[in-house]
Amino acid sequence: MDGSVRDPVDAPPRLELRGICKSFPGVLVNDRVDLTVRAGEIHALLGENGAGKSTLMKIVHGVLAADSGTILWQGAPVRIASPADARRLGIGMVFQHFALFESLTVAENVALGLEERVPMDALAARIRAVSDGYGLAVAPERHIHELSVGERQRVEIVRCLLGDPHLVILDEPTSVLTPREALALFDVLRRLQAEGRSILYISHKLDEIRALCDRASVLRGGRLVATVDPRQETARSLARMMIGTEPPDLTARADTGADAAAPMLEVEALDLDRDDPHGTDLRDVSLTVRPGEVLGIAGVAGNGQNALMRALSGERLLARPGAIRIGGVPAAHLGPRARRDLGLAVVPEERLGQGAVPELTLAENALLSAYRHGGLVRGGLVHRGQTHGFASRVIHAFNVIARGSAAEARSLSGGNLQKFIIGREILQKPRVLVAAHPTWGVDAGSAAAIHQALVDLRDQGAAILVISQDLDELYTIADRIAVIAAGRLSESRPTHAATAEDIGLMMGGLFEGAAPEPAGGTPHVA
Amino acid sequence: MWLRLEPRPERSRVMVYLTPLVAAGLTAVAGLILFAALGHDPGHALYVFFVAPLTSSFGLSELFVKATPLVLCALGLAVGFRGNVWNIGAEGQLILGAIFAGGLALWAGDADLPWLLPAMVGAGMLGGMAWAAIPALLRTRFNANEILVSLMLTYVAGLLLGYLVHGPWRDPGGFNFPESALFGDSALLPALVEGTRLHVGALFALAAVGAVWVLLMHSFIGFQVKVIGMAPRAGGYAGFSQARVVWLGLLSGGALAGLAGMVEVSGPIGQLHPQISPGYGFTAIIVAFLGRLHPLGILLAGLFMALTYLGGDTLQIELGLPRAVTGVFQGLILFFLLASDVLIHYRLRLGPVRVPTAPPGSRPQAQPAQSGE
Repeated sequence: MDGSVRDPVDAPPRLELRGICKSFPGVLVNDRVDLTVRAGEIHALLGENGAGKSTLMKIVHGVLAADSGTILWQGAPVRIASPADARRLGIGMVFQHFALFESLTVAENVALGLEERVPMDALAARIRAVSDGYGLAVAPERHIHELSVGERQRVEIVRCLLGDPHLVILDEPTSVLTPREALALFDVLRRLQAEGRSILYISHKLDEIRALCDRASVLRGGRLVATVDPRQETARSLARMMIGTEPPDLTARADTGADAAAPMLEVEALDLDRDDPHGTDLRDVSLTVRPGEVLGIAGVAGNGQNALMRALSGERLLARPGAIRIGGVPAAHLGPRARRDLGLAVVPEERLGQGAVPELTLAENALLSAYRHGGLVRGGLVHRGQTHGFASRVIHAFNVIARGSAAEARSLSGGNLQKFIIGREILQKPRVLVAAHPTWGVDAGSAAAIHQALVDLRDQGAAILVISQDLDELYTIADRIAVIAAGRLSESRPTHAATAEDIGLMMGGLFEGAAPEPAGGTPHVA
Repeated sequence: MWLRLEPRPERSRVMVYLTPLVAAGLTAVAGLILFAALGHDPGHALYVFFVAPLTSSFGLSELFVKATPLVLCALGLAVGFRGNVWNIGAEGQLILGAIFAGGLALWAGDADLPWLLPAMVGAGMLGGMAWAAIPALLRTRFNANEILVSLMLTYVAGLLLGYLVHGPWRDPGGFNFPESALFGDSALLPALVEGTRLHVGALFALAAVGAVWVLLMHSFIGFQVKVIGMAPRAGGYAGFSQARVVWLGLLSGGALAGLAGMVEVSGPIGQLHPQISPGYGFTAIIVAFLGRLHPLGILLAGLFMALTYLGGDTLQIELGLPRAVTGVFQGLILFFLLASDVLIHYRLRLGPVRVPTAPPGSRPQAQPAQSGE
């Protein structure tokens, strides 16, 4: 790679979009979008889920064709009909979901994406050169399944950089990274910028954008709302542009005297062996959640969160009933139905396929977990009016944007479906709520509404356990924070006494009682 | 300009109901070509196959006679299929139902017992359920594939029936033919219309349509079957038992197939012999899918598939075509149905070829990255 791609001083913008329109059957996804990316800038693209960011980027990357509008590259109009066209122009993209074959090596995966045939040795040398040059430690001979998520992302970035792109598009790159990995990524991006490469950076994380980006374009409802200098804006003002209204303020924390109350959810010395080869064993996990408090569990995905969720929800049963107590009642041997009767509600990790059935209506999806709720099932028959009524109450109370209770779950955006699932659990008036990644991949407006709902539920006296990778989220809503690493859980500490550095260190497995060696090597993340 | 498929934002409800008709139409077209290639007047042959059987009251009554076991078997299969329980052995369960009910009839002989028919109904259903319980037990206990187990048990059932009518149950006065004695009058289902073979078994099928309709469309257990079938992980999250759905699916299939077997031997046949079913249990699989796993759809599809049996017979008689024509048409209809089902999720468009992409409504939702724990 030739190192620098600097344009002359008075050069036209590297990429200019003029009046891009794109519609899918029934929806206008991009509405006359203008966007300019200058040479050597990091340009943020902000917007809620469904604002049209991904569609716009797919048009730039040649995956989709615009219905109308012009794309100018270095000032000249171009037609980008395929990702190969984009690559030839010098546009590279790092997707949010990695496209890597786990059983192949790094070099083999890279070779699959190339159009020309390159001998493996030469390719490995090129990979090493790029990874050394940018501080992206990637060993070409390692297999993907041995790599952590952060390392996998580096493979994708190296693959992209091998094409010597003048414009790199990154879709939510930090959503899978630890804070430290994110900082390392920012260093790489700044180095690319210093070489004169342009970067289009899609993210929800407002603080990150303010720290990293020179300019930010905000999309709302398919239209470009504003292009601003994020350093001149606050996180709140950016959020306002994105959502269109003032983001709600979380109500001040009421002093509920939670310390004195009897625990509502207790896990005591839980040991659980993995039930599939890629799982994590849980070892000696203990925690306590009292009424009126939120316990947050931080940690990088794949450290046992999934196993803990399944043990808590009743999807996996344990031999020793006392390992989990709900409201003081031993419950570890009970299935999900009996645990719900004790007052447990669960927001699972996956929205589609676990928390909701994509092909079923919202009314049917309400029934999925609320069937013990008054009147939905009578004499073994489903009461249609009651289920639609319950679903409508959820839709109304939690501001779910949907065509009503007869809409299919998969027709909702991620944020709206998550609001529906959380609303469905909360309207059942649980005494204990366990939620995994409640705002993962959810737009900022929905995330704020979900946080408010959780805090309201806490203030009504429920005990809440939130498992999340998003530290900002835990700092916002949790009263105490504990960290899970390699299947072991740290002691919890009050949120105000837990610094981000401490948490970051604990995520790396540095706490009392942590596994001496990360069990089973690096956690595997799909 | 090219023909291309464009993904729909949501499943088309119109197409769900329309594609069976599209498939029937395409089958007719394929039939035209087939008959022409065989050197027959295609229009006439198609008339003989699809229309002629319906022009007499005898033909109509035969249609209902043949549709009865098809509808019964398909209804039971649909319960399992909705829950991803693949019972392929309705044929064997039907045979066991016939053996259980027939055994009772032979034991009774010519005695006039008012409770005999209800007892035979119960015995037939029990026989089918017993046979279906084997794959259910092996699946829930040892995770054995129910497709293979239920299919292979069909051949065991056929051999069991063959052994009985060649051996212990052979009619002593039957000139050594492999068949049982004729059932006594009190073991025969009364006719619905005098002078035809149409019997009260057809009413059993209608009652079963109603019962399965309530079970699948309105009961909570039917909802659980649907959830487990569509998204097993969601079923696990909700606390629905997979094993319960497997048992329900197979036992419903067994009970209704067993009832179909009882209806056959106690209705049109009146005795046991090795060929009590021309593959009703297998054809019922096509009926279930052609009817969209919906009880009313199954009723219509059962009538249609019964027509292919009758049409095959009339073609044999009038044009001298082999009996295999029935099987060919049944295969064609399933083939075209599966092919045209693509229209439920996609629409046909004329236009230049483009890289197909998912519309916003159907794109995969962002999910937390996680290990395969």
